[in-house]
Amino acid sequence: MRTIVLAAFLTLVCALGVSAQEGVLAHQADSVMTSVGHGRLDSMQYIQNVIIYGRRPYEDVIPAQELTGKQLEGLNSHSVADAVRYFAGVQLKDYGGVGGLKTVDIRSMGTNHMGVFYDGIQIGNAQNGQVDLGKFSLDNIEAISLYNGQRSNIFQSAKDYGSAGTIYLRTRRPKFKDGKRDNLNVSFKTGSFGLVNPSVRWEHKLSRSVSLSFNSEYTYATGKYRFRYMRHYSDGSLAWDTTAVRQNGDVRSYRLEGAVFGVMTSGKWHAKAYFYDSNKGIPGAIVNNVWKHAQRQWDSNFFLQGAYQRKFTDRYEMMFNAKYSRDYLHYLNPDTTLMYIDNKFWQDEIYLSTANKYTILTDWDVNLSVDYQWNSLDATLTGFGYPIRHTVLTALATAWTWRGFKVQGSMLYTMVNDRSSARFNGQVVGKTSKYMNKVTPAVFLSWQPWQEREFNLRAYYKRIFRMPTFNDLYYTDMGNITLDPEYATQYNVGFLYRLLTDRGMLAGVKLSADAYYNYITDKIIAVPKGTGQYRWMMMNVGIVKIRGIDVSARTTLRLPADVILDINLSYTYQKAQDYTNPEDNGDGGTYKGQLAYIPWHSGSVVGHLNWHDFDLNYSFIYVGERYHTSANTRENHEQPWYTHDLSAGYLFHLGKTTLKVSGEVNNLFNQYYDVILNYPMPGRNYKLIIKFDI
Amino acid sequence: MKPKSHIRDTGTVLLSQFLMAVLLLLAGCREEVTIFLPEHVSVAQPVYNDIEGFYLLCEGNMGWNKATLDYYDYGHGEYVRNIFSYANPTVPKEMGDVGNDIGIYGSNLYCVINCSNKIDVLDKYTCKKKYQIDIPNCRYIRFLGGYAYVTSYAGPVQINPNYEQRGYVAKIDTVTMQVVDTCLVGFQPDELEIVEGKIYVANSGGYMVPNYENTLSVIDVATFKEERRIPIAINLSWVKGDRHGMLWIASRGDYYTRASKIYAYDTRKSQLVDSIDCPVSNMWLDGDSLYVVSTQWSYVSMGNTFSYAVINTLTRQQVCDNFITDGTDRDIVIPYAVAVNPITRDIYVTDAKDYVSPGRLYCFDRNGKQRWSVRTGDIPAHFVFLGTNINER
Repeated sequence: MRTIVLAAFLTLVCALGVSAQEGVLAHQADSVMTSVGHGRLDSMQYIQNVIIYGRRPYEDVIPAQELTGKQLEGLNSHSVADAVRYFAGVQLKDYGGVGGLKTVDIRSMGTNHMGVFYDGIQIGNAQNGQVDLGKFSLDNIEAISLYNGQRSNIFQSAKDYGSAGTIYLRTRRPKFKDGKRDNLNVSFKTGSFGLVNPSVRWEHKLSRSVSLSFNSEYTYATGKYRFRYMRHYSDGSLAWDTTAVRQNGDVRSYRLEGAVFGVMTSGKWHAKAYFYDSNKGIPGAIVNNVWKHAQRQWDSNFFLQGAYQRKFTDRYEMMFNAKYSRDYLHYLNPDTTLMYIDNKFWQDEIYLSTANKYTILTDWDVNLSVDYQWNSLDATLTGFGYPIRHTVLTALATAWTWRGFKVQGSMLYTMVNDRSSARFNGQVVGKTSKYMNKVTPAVFLSWQPWQEREFNLRAYYKRIFRMPTFNDLYYTDMGNITLDPEYATQYNVGFLYRLLTDRGMLAGVKLSADAYYNYITDKIIAVPKGTGQYRWMMMNVGIVKIRGIDVSARTTLRLPADVILDINLSYTYQKAQDYTNPEDNGDGGTYKGQLAYIPWHSGSVVGHLNWHDFDLNYSFIYVGERYHTSANTRENHEQPWYTHDLSAGYLFHLGKTTLKVSGEVNNLFNQYYDVILNYPMPGRNYKLIIKFDI
Repeated sequence: MKPKSHIRDTGTVLLSQFLMAVLLLLAGCREEVTIFLPEHVSVAQPVYNDIEGFYLLCEGNMGWNKATLDYYDYGHGEYVRNIFSYANPTVPKEMGDVGNDIGIYGSNLYCVINCSNKIDVLDKYTCKKKYQIDIPNCRYIRFLGGYAYVTSYAGPVQINPNYEQRGYVAKIDTVTMQVVDTCLVGFQPDELEIVEGKIYVANSGGYMVPNYENTLSVIDVATFKEERRIPIAINLSWVKGDRHGMLWIASRGDYYTRASKIYAYDTRKSQLVDSIDCPVSNMWLDGDSLYVVSTQWSYVSMGNTFSYAVINTLTRQQVCDNFITDGTDRDIVIPYAVAVNPITRDIYVTDAKDYVSPGRLYCFDRNGKQRWSVRTGDIPAHFVFLGTNINER
């Protein structure tokens, strides 16, 4: 079965490659500009939005996987987490529901190795290192980009060099049509799960160089949906079949965002304030005799951030970023049959960064970035250590271009100082201060052998680590203050092929494939300890080897009668093996077992059809069989799951105002599945979206 | 015109290839999940005596719904893994979440499933589920005179000024399978033991870290009222009564400065008579021998140390530091439970490994030589022997 899937993809990939080659032979590839210059205004705009083949002013050595504009809009996604599932190499851990936790794992290296950047500045979580992407709605997001290794553009902050993989979220920038000073956008979404989701955006042009934007969104959902579990006898007849309604998945959240954007001679700046507040139930695991839970969580996230970038001379360009954030988390277990828990956590972060790029020769740049970050965590836990972390990151990078070659190398120097206090009965009984210094390298290469053909070979090597989180280090009882960082070493080779044409049906093809090997050492995992049930200690003992292939392909077809069809495919193969315990091999052992929740095969297909003001989108996600622990026994086996989503929308022109009405059907074939064991996902569900643009 | 049609062909090829790929991708389809059939593993020569076998209840990690029941059949020398779903194919979500105790009384096998808030009452031979008794956060079970007594953490809660929640003992009529009475005890009661008309309950206070409970509750069986609480040591877990009226009580300690220990309480003299410096993860009383396994975390070596001790309950001395004599104890990652066959004196030790992988059961002969080992469910933890003319608990 596995081989069939793989074979199918390889066939497809070959076919794509071959036909694309034929296309090139038949016609010289023209620039994207000519291919855009056809058709009506709408479809032209459409092409501008979707076509990704155009050359950008400066290109990364290895370009990102990207979702933008209409493509993003069409994906039936509520949150960023839903959208990133379409990237090759990404596995989403989804606990289900509108408010459920959703975290992302790139190339099986673990969520903590992921960096998530919001308008250029990293969203941190010093407490547990995980960013819940389910909290970020797509309402204000213009583009999502995913980079493996790092963004291979040297003019960036030191933090951009500091993760094993990075997701960049870019919010909408105000754009004004001629003569307009205000844009108003009002949208309303409703549908399954008792969803009520109004949002409003207002953009105002203050002057030729300064504009403002405000965005606010409210989400309410009961989070109720039907789920179903069943088992069969080996002869296929039904053993049991039970359907219930997901309880305690309600969510109320609102988000306020305000930003000011400015441009100046050879520079730009922006500043923004973000506030998010949520109150939600935690629906919990469905186990025998327990069909509902009572736990609740309150989150508040606030940050202020700003960026300033200017080219001072032809050779020198500078960027400055700053951020202050405060995050509050309150967890309550009011269920009196269980341990009563009422914990509150506060995190503060201050971040300052400067990047300086100097062009030595036209095709040789160097960059020096220095970042400073301060984190603290406060909690209502007894015996808590009140940790503080100072981090200084310095990145020195260089980029060099010669004919078809692009080379980029960087060194990141990280200095971390953690301070905490040991307390006994509320009294400080000791203080600790721990320093750590690490230097980690990265090299990115790309080569375009034929100038007239957009075929690039590429490779990278990167070694990076993730710091133990405050929970890893200081969490009462299981935290381990002696922890070292966890390392990820990545090797990647691949290619990218792009073809553009303005003749015939084929508008463009893009095909990329990468093979990689990741090696995780000193992986921080919970190890059982001592007398008593469920007592753990965080230890640097894990070893993981990941061998994988990511393939993505895209084509745009111009069909008769102004119909444009855009098809995106992605496929990932991963063999992610647990090498932690060589003794634990054989009979139900974990040694060389496939890592928990990592499928060998996964992929997605997205088709987008546009005809004048009408859009139709189909998306399909496939996650193959996997196990929920690295002991790959039949009890731990999880069936594949796959969902088909469909959406259709029509744009009405009402004078200067436009109204877009869209409808979505998600999980069309009503498949009941779990992404995480005992966390049921919704079956078929619907959404109606109304959007006014004034 | 030719190039154009060529391109159109390319497009058609692409499209058809794409559709084919989609169809083929669907070949890696979901299959209907079937109930687990038991796995039979032959491990030893058959042995025939009054003990037919033993059940081993595996806890399963919290939230995973993986409490499973395994059985060892002496008559066939066969270990049978995961027997519940086959015996009860129509029970949704199988046994449930975190198996915490097991006992046989009359013709029934009682499985206490902690996070599923219930006791499954099964036929002791067929394992067919006959009844379910709902008790929130139920922990341990004992039987006497037609009643089952079960500890539960889920008593009334007081928040002001500090969080306090007393536990209780539920009294269950084993004919009607109804809870007929409850009796409040200390904080977070764990194991209980019935000796000469009194129920002794080990209160842990595990939810009140670092303010652990330190008492043993005494309940009169006749009145079912808590008579008093005897201070023993903090964080009590196990309590086993020997045939001389002595209680062997384990304290988990506070995992930092106060060590895990065993205490001896003489119920006839109503007095604490001894304490033994022996850490305890789990213990089993066999005649006058108390078998103790333990894992202790050392913050110095940042690792676990293990012990496999035997205490003579008459002399109250530790007579053996390691009952595994052939060195095979080095294979055990986390010794979690111990049991002794009352006839053959074979010793069983379980390995919980990393708590999320399948565990392992090791069988040693009475001299501590390993006889066999077998894979079990996750966190193999609670034993009960099945047979005739034996005290099944």
